[in-house]
Amino acid sequence: MSATPFIVLSAILFTIGAVGVLTRRNAIVVFMCVELMLNASNLALVTFSRVNGNLDGQIAAFFVMVVAAAEVVVGLAIIMTIFRTRRSASVDDASLLKY
Amino acid sequence: MNGFDAPKIEYFQVSPILIVLGVAVLGVLVEAFVPRRRRYGVQVVLALLGLLAAIVTSVMVFLDLNPGSDSPKSGKVVAEGALAVDGPALFCWLLILVLAVLSVLLFAERHLEGGVLSFAGQAAALPGTEAEREASTRGLEHTEVFPLMLFAVGGMLMFPASNDLLTMFVALEVLSLPLYLLCGLARRRRLLSQEAAMKYFLLGAFSSGFFVYGIALVYGYAGSMGFAEIAQAVVSSTGSEGLLLGGIAMLSVGLLFKIGAAPFHAWTPDVYQGAPTAVTAFMAAATKVAAFGALLRLFYVAFGANRTDWTPMIWVVAILTMVVGSVLALTQTDIKRMLAYSSIAHAGFILTGFLGIRSLNEVAGGSLTGVSAVLFYLTTYGFTTLAAFALVTVVRDAGGEATHLSRWQGLGKESPLVAGLFAFLLLAMAGIPLTSGFTGKWAVFAAAMSAGAWPVVVVAVLMSAVAAYFYVRVIVLMFFAEPIGEGPSVTTPSVLTGTVIAVGVAVTLLLGLVPGALIDLLGRVGVFIR
Repeated sequence: MSATPFIVLSAILFTIGAVGVLTRRNAIVVFMCVELMLNASNLALVTFSRVNGNLDGQIAAFFVMVVAAAEVVVGLAIIMTIFRTRRSASVDDASLLKY
Repeated sequence: MNGFDAPKIEYFQVSPILIVLGVAVLGVLVEAFVPRRRRYGVQVVLALLGLLAAIVTSVMVFLDLNPGSDSPKSGKVVAEGALAVDGPALFCWLLILVLAVLSVLLFAERHLEGGVLSFAGQAAALPGTEAEREASTRGLEHTEVFPLMLFAVGGMLMFPASNDLLTMFVALEVLSLPLYLLCGLARRRRLLSQEAAMKYFLLGAFSSGFFVYGIALVYGYAGSMGFAEIAQAVVSSTGSEGLLLGGIAMLSVGLLFKIGAAPFHAWTPDVYQGAPTAVTAFMAAATKVAAFGALLRLFYVAFGANRTDWTPMIWVVAILTMVVGSVLALTQTDIKRMLAYSSIAHAGFILTGFLGIRSLNEVAGGSLTGVSAVLFYLTTYGFTTLAAFALVTVVRDAGGEATHLSRWQGLGKESPLVAGLFAFLLLAMAGIPLTSGFTGKWAVFAAAMSAGAWPVVVVAVLMSAVAAYFYVRVIVLMFFAEPIGEGPSVTTPSVLTGTVIAVGVAVTLLLGLVPGALIDLLGRVGVFIR
């Protein structure tokens, strides 16, 4: 079976994630879109692993999952602090630092 | 039944990384088991001892390479091909570790805030609430900043030594995640600090998403994560060219974000301004070294063979970075923000040296290679910027650090010493002769010229002139303007910050007067192994 559909799907998912990061305002949703980008990369890694016939890509996918989990811990902590301080998780409201 | 071969780890060569990460884990245990009163002392001593031990082992590994002898070993690929311990990696290690020791001293400064660290007493207490006031009257402090910083240092050591894409990604995250947290922990101006942390985190996660997709594409092209295999595949150009070019572009997004190069620089001013100044100093000095080390290795080792494809991209990025950094710095009114834009401009100058890539047989004996020039500039800039940010922490008013430029008016009358040292560091950043900034700029420009990147060098020289204007503007402000109102006051720091400032100024002066020894050394270690 051809690998192309899988790579195309991963590219579409990655693009949805990237566009989401750039357009959404809620920090949690922005963060979810980043996770979508990471998972799109995982799909590409696993597909290429199958194409290349070695396991490097699948192992990398595991590492990406672990890193994504660590990122959630740090990221949600930061977003929670911001939300408790400002009563808002909108990335547009946090605009004290500019120019 | 298949036999199982245990992976072979060369513990001697990787010991600096293991020591730093091990001490960081110990630091977490200290938080759990040592009573609150003693934690500060234990953490500081532990962090310093760990970093010094890592410096000693790095020097031992370095001497093992025998760089001075007739037949120096170029290095060793260790840990089943995950890490390459060679000249540039070891130089980056030593530089990062020395900068980290100085940063620990800055982190540990308690004198300026009246007996507590300059980090939030209790990060979970909301700003302006009873809980925050209570935390400050009880003198609480987060000594977790020391283990967090050591984890970041561990990632920084792995980053320039990583010899495959997966290790590089893990190192990138290990160095970034603690930094995101440290940025949000300022004691004063906590809203700014939290905002900086959120911006840094969201943009950092976004850029590492690109980095991972780039890994996937290059893996699809080469069929392997290892740099040596990728280089092999690039030479024989086996796979589809589109995958490779897309992969290179996306990997460079991730790395150029970390070094703060335009157009991926937008986070730099916000984060440098909002983060606690000690953290800003650490980021500006050490993160740049790690990220440039990784950028050099990735592009020179893995993608060196098709450099005609990616050097035009770096030309554009380098020019854009220098112009954006220098021009926007002209309009800044906050000293930390101005230094942030100056760091963007410096990233552009270093990228100019990065363009000095040539194939090995083109390099005439004794001439500066791109690697040596970049590492030399990183050394000069690291110490200068660390001392400059350390000086920013001592100029204060009732609300903490007085970072607005108008508050610096007439500082020369209030404290000639602080104003004089700061002026000297600004002149070094501008690249005035007899300072390390001049020799650094000369090194990167020479390397870029010999590789034929003269248009970039012309822009770089012009932008140095623009940059000199805004550095001199601050000096004029400090010495030739009358103070507004009461003017700024200079708090005498403890010996910790004093040491950082003294070392930074001394290295800036020394590398300006006698750069020869370091350049000779770099000429011998500036070759990557594959």
